[in-house]
Amino acid sequence: MLDKEGIAKRIAREIKDGYYVNLGIGIPTLCANYVPKGINIVLQSENGILGMGPFPHDGEEDADLINAGKQTVTLLNGSSIFDSAMSFGMIRAQKVDLTILGAMEVSESGDIANWKIPGKMVKGMGGAMDLVASAKNIIVAMQQVNKAGESKLLPKCTLPITGVRCIKKIVTELGVYDVLPHGGFKLLERAPGISVDHIRKSTAGKLIVEGDVPEMMID
Amino acid sequence: MNKTVKNAEEAVKDVKDGMTIALGGFGLCGIPENCINALVKKNVRNLTCISNNAGVDDFGLGLLLQGKQVKKMISSYVGENAEFERQMLSGELEVDLIPQGTLATRLMATGYGMPVIYTPAGVGTEVAEGKEVRRFKFNGVEKDYLMEYAFEPDFAIVKAWKGDTMGNLVFRLTTRNFSPLVAMSGKITIAEVEHLVQPGELDPDHIHVPGIYVHRIFQGENYLKRIEQRTVRKKIVMEVPFIKK
Repeated sequence: MLDKEGIAKRIAREIKDGYYVNLGIGIPTLCANYVPKGINIVLQSENGILGMGPFPHDGEEDADLINAGKQTVTLLNGSSIFDSAMSFGMIRAQKVDLTILGAMEVSESGDIANWKIPGKMVKGMGGAMDLVASAKNIIVAMQQVNKAGESKLLPKCTLPITGVRCIKKIVTELGVYDVLPHGGFKLLERAPGISVDHIRKSTAGKLIVEGDVPEMMID
Repeated sequence: MNKTVKNAEEAVKDVKDGMTIALGGFGLCGIPENCINALVKKNVRNLTCISNNAGVDDFGLGLLLQGKQVKKMISSYVGENAEFERQMLSGELEVDLIPQGTLATRLMATGYGMPVIYTPAGVGTEVAEGKEVRRFKFNGVEKDYLMEYAFEPDFAIVKAWKGDTMGNLVFRLTTRNFSPLVAMSGKITIAEVEHLVQPGELDPDHIHVPGIYVHRIFQGENYLKRIEQRTVRKKIVMEVPFIKK
């Protein structure tokens, strides 16, 4: 079973040279640490940065320079700063090549829920609804099974949804999936040591398994 | 043309109970600290605030919430504020949560003189409830878009890095965020600046908000610029080889 770093490592293999990438908060942010050598990408932060760099060195942090998670960051050479309307403009206009975000639930038709748990957590959607409504290439990083043992790959989302039919690829602690256009989670790869049976038991929605499913390559 | 006012108190002198105010800032980054403090001191009430976030408990818009001066918040993300959550769950505070890009673009539309925008964000979700949906073929794809209205706040308040007495504004780094859009949206727009300069001192090519959108400007003071999440790289400790004497 993959830990968070493992999920991030696997997703990082999907990042191609020349991509503009938006990383959500949590596991997606970790992906930046595992971008393969020789691959040059530009990170977009939706509060208005292209070319975001790593955290600053101690003592060099600047209150005027944060990412969308409100963390202090740095800028790389060739970066640019813009306002929030332009930031979501480039997202809506599909200039960003890849969006990686977290989810609480995904349905077999590609609906995603990640912004609200009624009565418990109401923090708001931030930029998530804009991203899922427009991005052409979204990878979801999520835990397939919660602490109570319940699957979060569902026939239908139980939480208020963030977007409809927008998710096409998912990486979890157990496997990699495509969400098929006509519905269903197609298993593409298994996490090291995880059986198809285990995955079947951990998928509440429709699971599609064709032939021998390979173990994923991580390192 | 000189739009300078003395200070924050003078700038917000005619903000009245029940008004709608749009404020710049992302988290605590680039918030108009001086004007928020002046609104707290003035104790205007029943405000509707349009702002991406709601500050933290003891700073930024959190100060207005503490004093129960806010009737309604229009934001995209309000996660870092316990008092906010309490007021919202108890029903004291009305909250309209809207997608971040929608928020930005509804402010922008006002400044561009357009009453509505169409956006795909929120289609099929609870955000779409009661809203007009139209189908457009655009960018090679046919899909549904929500109609969203431009905001029309009574006051818009921003903080800029530099501004001249004619109201031209320049922002620094990610303090820009929503601020130019907020600045364009106000019936009356107030800018507080870290450096107030004379006309001619700012390069016209580098202006982010032309002064035509700004009605009052003043030299701000005592900026705290609090950092919400101070994240740093691990220190690289040089290993000094042990040298035998």
